[in-house]
Amino acid sequence: MDIEKELADIKAKLEAMPGKENKLSMVIFSGDLDKQIAALIIATGAAAMGMKVVLFYTFWGTSALRDPAKKVNGKSFMGKMFGFMLPKGRNKLKLSQMHMAGMGTAMLKDLMKKKNVASLDQLFEAAGMLGVQINICQMSMDLMDLKREEMIDYPHLNVCGVATFLNDAKESAIQLFI
Amino acid sequence: MSDYTVAKTLDCKGLACPMPIVRLSQEIAKIKVGEVIEMFTTDPGSLADVPSWAKSTGNAVLENKQESGVIHFFVKRQK
Repeated sequence: MDIEKELADIKAKLEAMPGKENKLSMVIFSGDLDKQIAALIIATGAAAMGMKVVLFYTFWGTSALRDPAKKVNGKSFMGKMFGFMLPKGRNKLKLSQMHMAGMGTAMLKDLMKKKNVASLDQLFEAAGMLGVQINICQMSMDLMDLKREEMIDYPHLNVCGVATFLNDAKESAIQLFI
Repeated sequence: MSDYTVAKTLDCKGLACPMPIVRLSQEIAKIKVGEVIEMFTTDPGSLADVPSWAKSTGNAVLENKQESGVIHFFVKRQK
């Protein structure tokens, strides 16, 4: 038996093994404020632990990446309706529970400020500084007629599809779905 | 009482999870390998989180002590 060939074989197998990278991949599907805060806390925490972090925003999650100050023209009727109905950016997200017509969400934000818990704005800023990658699902954007030009200015932002997410997820030691 | 040559002091008093470790990861990058950073927190969770952070990143918590609600860490950069 050729030992060197055997070694090269094992090396190749190790190389192709899933989850070998110190990396976190997360799908952010939910557009709920509480879930988005949890996702960003985990993401910034992981980045601080020295992990590579990739966030894949899809479906209701994409609303968090809209920039309320940006307007785009040329949307379809349904696109305009979606644009009107969906939260315009991360500061318009609602709690998944106890929203109470806005009272609950306002109270939670107030409480977070009092207890010095980082807001979504601060968490996004930290994520940007730590190099957290944000990928937006192209299909969700097409479906809801969201344009790249109306998304937030973020240093590491990309639009992609499920194959990119799967490739990231396969390499990652941790994969989460929120 | 132990004495370390502290290269940097980081005040995270009042900050909640995950900000203490976010700040620590940023500030420790500014000191040299072998140097020590001194850190103050008030978040009780950081008592478990700072050692976990150190374990995962390959750095070392040399000591921690608590004085009237303030946690005082000495963290050595090893990587």
